[in-house]
Amino acid sequence: MYKIVRKEVLNPTICLLEIEAPFVARKAQPGQFIILRIDEKGERLPLTIGGFDREKGTVTIIFQLVGLTTRALAKLEEGDFLLDFVGPLGKPTEMEGLKSACVIGGGLGTAIAFPVAKGLHDAGVETDVIVGFRNKDLVILEEDFKNACDNFYIMTDDGSYGEKGFTTTKEQQLLEGGKKYDVIIAIGPVPMMKFVVKTAEPFGVPTRVSLNPIMIDGTGMCGGCRVTVGGKMQFACVDGPEFDGYQVDFDELMNRNATFREQEAEKNRDHLCRFDKLGNELIQ
Amino acid sequence: MANMTPVKTPMPNQAPEVRAHNFEEVALGYTEEMARQEAERCLNCKNPRCVQGCPVNVRIPEFIAKVAAGDYEAAYEIITSTNALPAISGRVCPQESQCESKCVRGVKGEPVGIGRLERFVADWHRTHSNDLPKQPESNGHKVAVVGSGPSSLTCASDLAKQGYQVTIFEAFHTAGGVLVYGIPEFRLPKAIVQSEVEKLKALGVEVMTDMVIGKVLSIDELMEDMGFEAVFIGTGAGLPRFMGIPGEGYAGVCSANEYLTRTNLMKAYLEEYDTPQLKSRAVAVVGGGNVAMDACRCAMRLGAEKVYIVYRRSMEEMPARNEEIEHAQEEGIDFRLLCNPVEILGDDKGHVSGIKCIQMELGEPDASGRRRPVEVPGSEFVLDVDTVVMALGTSPNPLIRSTTPGLEANRRGCLVVGEDEVSTTREGVFAGGDAVTGAATVILAMGAGKKAAVAIDKYIKNK
Repeated sequence: MYKIVRKEVLNPTICLLEIEAPFVARKAQPGQFIILRIDEKGERLPLTIGGFDREKGTVTIIFQLVGLTTRALAKLEEGDFLLDFVGPLGKPTEMEGLKSACVIGGGLGTAIAFPVAKGLHDAGVETDVIVGFRNKDLVILEEDFKNACDNFYIMTDDGSYGEKGFTTTKEQQLLEGGKKYDVIIAIGPVPMMKFVVKTAEPFGVPTRVSLNPIMIDGTGMCGGCRVTVGGKMQFACVDGPEFDGYQVDFDELMNRNATFREQEAEKNRDHLCRFDKLGNELIQ
Repeated sequence: MANMTPVKTPMPNQAPEVRAHNFEEVALGYTEEMARQEAERCLNCKNPRCVQGCPVNVRIPEFIAKVAAGDYEAAYEIITSTNALPAISGRVCPQESQCESKCVRGVKGEPVGIGRLERFVADWHRTHSNDLPKQPESNGHKVAVVGSGPSSLTCASDLAKQGYQVTIFEAFHTAGGVLVYGIPEFRLPKAIVQSEVEKLKALGVEVMTDMVIGKVLSIDELMEDMGFEAVFIGTGAGLPRFMGIPGEGYAGVCSANEYLTRTNLMKAYLEEYDTPQLKSRAVAVVGGGNVAMDACRCAMRLGAEKVYIVYRRSMEEMPARNEEIEHAQEEGIDFRLLCNPVEILGDDKGHVSGIKCIQMELGEPDASGRRRPVEVPGSEFVLDVDTVVMALGTSPNPLIRSTTPGLEANRRGCLVVGEDEVSTTREGVFAGGDAVTGAATVILAMGAGKKAAVAIDKYIKNK
C-alpha cells in the first residue's frame, strides 16, 4: 500500500498527489513514468512522474480528470492509500551533452514537462520553457517553472493570460528570431506534439516527444503501447516514452489511443448512473 | 486384477454450448469412484517409463496405487515429494507428449489418465485438508527469486522447505506469473494459484509485488546492498512477437499477451472491474499453440459471434495440447489451417476491418523437422473480422539482462546457462524456465526451478 501524503488541486481539472513510495523515489529520473492501481477492481494507469524527493521517499504525480480512474483518484485525500504503485518505468530524458533546450508543454503535459525542465536547468543546460493552456483558469505550476528555466513563456488559446496563441506560435517566433536549441522536448496532447515537430522541421532542430499510449504492464509484455518510429515497431514502455519526433507516426498513435474511447465513455456513464442511484437511495 | 478397459475413464466437462459463454472451469474433474476406476487401469510396471517421461519425475505408479487403495492423502504426499504444484500441472501439462506417451497401456488403447489422476489427488487434498505447511527453522541464508511463475514458485518452495529465507520479487500486482496473466480461469482457476502462493507464505516466503527488477532494483543491488547470497531469475518469456505485416498498427490488433492479461489478470470479463477489453464481433487469432487456444476461447466467452484460428501449418503440426484443441473445436472455433495472414485491413477510422490471408501447402521438412508451409500463389482471401490477436510466441524480456553486467544471453535473448542447466554466467545468479529456454511449458519451468533450488543450496553451502 502506498500512502498519499499531499494533495493539491492545481486547477479544476488537474490534481497533484504526492505518494510515499521509497523504492520508486530512490531511482526515479525525469522523463520516466509509474503505473498505479487504486484498488482491486481498478485498472493499471500509467502516469509520467511529476517530481520526486529521494530523502522523503515520495513521488509526485499530476493528472487530469478525464476518465474513470483519474476521477476516482481525485476523490482520494491525504492519508488514503493506493493499492499499487510501480516504477520507475521507461527510459529517462537524455540530457548528455546538451547545452541548450526548449521544453514545450501543453495542458496536462506542462506538469510532466516540469521535472524535465528542472532536470535540464539543474544540470546547467540553458533551458527555455513554453507552456500552453486553453485559458487563464487552467494555468498551473507558474511559480515552479519560473525557478526552473531561463526564459518562461505562457500562452493561452483565448489570450486571457500570457500571450494569445498556441505553444507552436511562440516556438515559431523564437526559432524565426534566431534562437538555437540543441533539442526541443514536447510533452502534451498528440496533435500539439505533432505540430511542434512540424514547426521545428524547417529549422532542423532535433525534437523529442514524450508519448503516453495505451499500456498494461509497462515492462514490454503486452505490446499495447507499440508505436511506429522510423518505420519500426517500438514499445513506448521500454524503448521510450521519449522518441525522435521526426520519426513518430502520430496518426497511427492517435488511432490506437482511441481504441477504448467508446467503452470508457460508457463505463463513465454507468458509474455516474450508479452514483446517482446510490445518492437517491441515500436521500430517500 | 487391473481394469483392462482400453479407454480412459472420461472426465466430465461443462457442455460446450454452456461453457463457451462462461469463465468457469471446463473440466470438472473425477469423482472418487471415477478416480479409483481409472487408477485400476495402471499395471504398476516394474520399470515405469512414465516416470522418466515426467520432467519432475513424479513417482507415478506409486501414487496411483494409493489412489486405487483410496488413500488419497498418501498419494498427495508421494506426488508433492517431487512436484510442488500438482493441482496446476494436473491441469496444464501436455501429458500426451510426456508421462502418458510412455504408458504401456497406450500401446493398445489409451494410456492411463495420469494427469487426471494427479489433478484429482491435488483437488482432494485442497478440499479435505486445511493444514498449511509449517515454517521450517531458518538457516540464516537469504535468496532472492525474481518473477513468480511456475519456475520461481517451485524454486522458492524447495528452498524455503530447507530453511532458506526466500523473497519473491514480482513485477505485477499479483503473484503467479503466466499462471495468472496468461492461462484463463476456465482452464486454471486463479483460486488454485492463490492457494499455492499462500502455502509458500506459510513456509516463510516473502512475496513483494510491484517490483520490476532491473528498474527499481538491480541484481547487483539485491546481492550487494540487500544481502541476498544467491538470485534465481525466473522471469519467463514475456516479450510478444508481431508478424511485421502491413496493418498491425490498427486499433483492434493486439498481442495474445495483451488480450489475455486484460481478460485474466485484470478480469475485464467481469463488469465490476474497470479495465476495458476489445468488444469484438469477429476475431481472428493467429497461431496454433496453447496461448492461441486460450485467446480464441476467451474471445468466444467475451461475446464474439465468430472466432477463427488462423494457423499456417496443418493440424498435425499444431503445438497446442490435444485437449485444448478438442475443447476449442467443440466450442465452435473455426480452424483455418494452412492459412497465413499477409495483411490486416482497416476502415477509415484506423480500426481493423478484415484480415487478408493466403492458403499454404506443406513442402519439405524445415529445421524443426516439421514440413515447411509454402504459399499457394493467387490463393489470397479475406476473413471478415474486427479484431486480430497475434499469438505467435514470445521471447524473454531484456529488462534484467540489459541491466546486469556479466549476465550473458544468446541470440534469441535466452539467458546462457552452464552444464547444470541453471547456472548463469554471473556467480551466484541462477535462472530457469522460459527465461532460459524461450517459451515452453509450465512443467519444464517447474523442473528447472527444482534443479535451480538444488544448485543454489549447493552453491551457498560450498561458499
